[in-house]
Amino acid sequence: MKEYRSLSINNIDDFLFGVSPNPITLKNGLTIGKGTVYPELNFTLPTMIIDKTTLPEVCAQYTQMIEGVCKRAVELQIDGFVVEYELLPELTLEPEWGVEVTKILRDTLNKTEAKHGIKTALRVTPNDIREFARPPFLRQGKYVDAMFRSFELNAAAGADFLAIESTGGKEIHDEAIITGDLATSVFSLGILGAHDMAFLWDRIVDISNTYNVIPAGDTACGFANTAMVLAEGKFIPRVWAAVIRVLTVARSLVAYERGALGPSKDCAYEGPFLKAITGYPIALEGAEAACAHLSPIGNITKAVADLWSNESVNNVKLLGAMAPTVSMEQLIYATRLMNASSSEGPQYARKMRDWCVASDAGLDPQAYILRPDVVLDLSSAIISEPTAYLRTRRAALETVDLLRKASEAGEFTLSRVETRWLNRLSRQAEELPEDEDQFIAQMLELVDRKKVRLEEYDIQG
Amino acid sequence: MNNRIEIINENVLEGQQKRLSAEVQAVLAEDLNPETILTEGMVAAMAEVGRFFEEDEYFVPEMLIAARTMQAGLSLLNPHLAEANVQSAATIAIGTVKGDLHDIGKNLVAMMPEGAAFEIIDPGTDVSVEKFVEAVKKNDIQILALSTLLTTSMENMKVTVNALEEAGLRSKVKVMIGGAPINTTYAREIGANGYSAEASQAVPLAKQLIQ
Repeated sequence: MKEYRSLSINNIDDFLFGVSPNPITLKNGLTIGKGTVYPELNFTLPTMIIDKTTLPEVCAQYTQMIEGVCKRAVELQIDGFVVEYELLPELTLEPEWGVEVTKILRDTLNKTEAKHGIKTALRVTPNDIREFARPPFLRQGKYVDAMFRSFELNAAAGADFLAIESTGGKEIHDEAIITGDLATSVFSLGILGAHDMAFLWDRIVDISNTYNVIPAGDTACGFANTAMVLAEGKFIPRVWAAVIRVLTVARSLVAYERGALGPSKDCAYEGPFLKAITGYPIALEGAEAACAHLSPIGNITKAVADLWSNESVNNVKLLGAMAPTVSMEQLIYATRLMNASSSEGPQYARKMRDWCVASDAGLDPQAYILRPDVVLDLSSAIISEPTAYLRTRRAALETVDLLRKASEAGEFTLSRVETRWLNRLSRQAEELPEDEDQFIAQMLELVDRKKVRLEEYDIQG
Repeated sequence: MNNRIEIINENVLEGQQKRLSAEVQAVLAEDLNPETILTEGMVAAMAEVGRFFEEDEYFVPEMLIAARTMQAGLSLLNPHLAEANVQSAATIAIGTVKGDLHDIGKNLVAMMPEGAAFEIIDPGTDVSVEKFVEAVKKNDIQILALSTLLTTSMENMKVTVNALEEAGLRSKVKVMIGGAPINTTYAREIGANGYSAEASQAVPLAKQLIQ
């Protein structure tokens, strides 16, 4: 197990898009994190039922999508790109179905590479179907078996990267978000989530090593992006969503402690923290992800990204072209601009980074906590603690304090109601005990046992 | 407004569950009309909570706490309401369709009519078409509310409406749908009676549908 007790990136000048202390090189020579930002395009099916009878149509849709995006990549003369295939639940539940698509994507990418010299990579992300059992069985049962089989088959079929959007702990986190319950959020992420990540990523790393593919990374999308979208809809305060974002860092770091090598998932907006700590490259998304969800962080997320993504887009016809092709074009132009700045020298890349930061940081606390200097400060504080729980607790205390000071200093404006919430979160953070066993005992009294199987997290109670 | 009713109203508004329970017991002992306690004390307070939410004074957590406070008070009031033959506005069954596990949106929508004295039946998430049909068959439901966040699950809304038709139950209920990929056009296409773009519009829509 890897231990992270100090930052891999200590200097703000070195904290930039396209460069990471530990770049990744694929078998075909594509290197991520060594100077160039590549697009990572993610596409998905239009509205349709997925079953045995519609599988030919599923394959036809993916064929259309991959051919369209590869064609556009050639036309816009790009050097390299990554495609992410996020498996829908049905395609994970039936691994043999899902792998049919992987073969199509791999084949088309190989042909594009052979004919045009463009370096490509395929990230395959099986769905965390464990949550289909309620409460979920996380370590046993048909959903677990199907999910790991999906990883194996897709690794064998040509994935370069394996990833997942895991949801261990989420069964109590949604309630925590909408009730403003910081302690439950910390328990969900710092205890349950961290335990599950250790189990899950031991298996994923093992599968990756068996098939000689890269165990890429995970995301706390189901936790922090759920909060972000709710904040965008004014259902919860923005400060609460900002705090949750930082609470996810320790949990997501566990993947790297168990052997993940990056790049993290595009929707892992905790990625900047992970990059600062591990030095591995990260994928991120922003403005071009509006096709999937709106956000207040459309530009700032470019600041330290190594792959630039669109989140996910349905295969529907737009005026310009099919939506995945349109997304590909948008990502190519965005990355072209970033790479043009860095080709002039690091000082120009820093300028571009700083403009991306300035665009968003003063308008929303969720953007503020993604400022590279803020990320370095918070990351340093987080990993000064020895365990996932204490790191998550520290994240809560530091983030609330930071947001209060930043608001008072006029770094961004908070409404009276949001400020009231910051005080409320501060009180809750102060109540988190330092003793992990005491915290667990406390939470076991409160957790709804109908929603979560504690034994699946190796927790007795 | 009676002073005690005012206090009930405030306790719901502020999410003071223990104080509300004590107050409800006190007013019941004074023989106050339970319907008045419900409508002027609790439902009126939830309407005010809704207004605070619309005006960005309250977020969902505050609304949820108020709604749960009201439910606690209602549990004390229900036997007296039944005795006085006071019925709920209507019964709504709300669930997320087959293939979709998302429930935050569904739960937010369910909270709104609950605060307006609708009765809610919640079959949960990933609900099969058969289960929805069964819920309509076995319960006195006026509205069936279907939720989804996924484009790949949307079809199951159409399948559910068709299944109600085939089971001869379509005229028994009004169907309202909602979720990120849904719109009015889709609602019309599948033969739903209404579409709610926002959780806060669920109650006005529900009231309109049962008129």
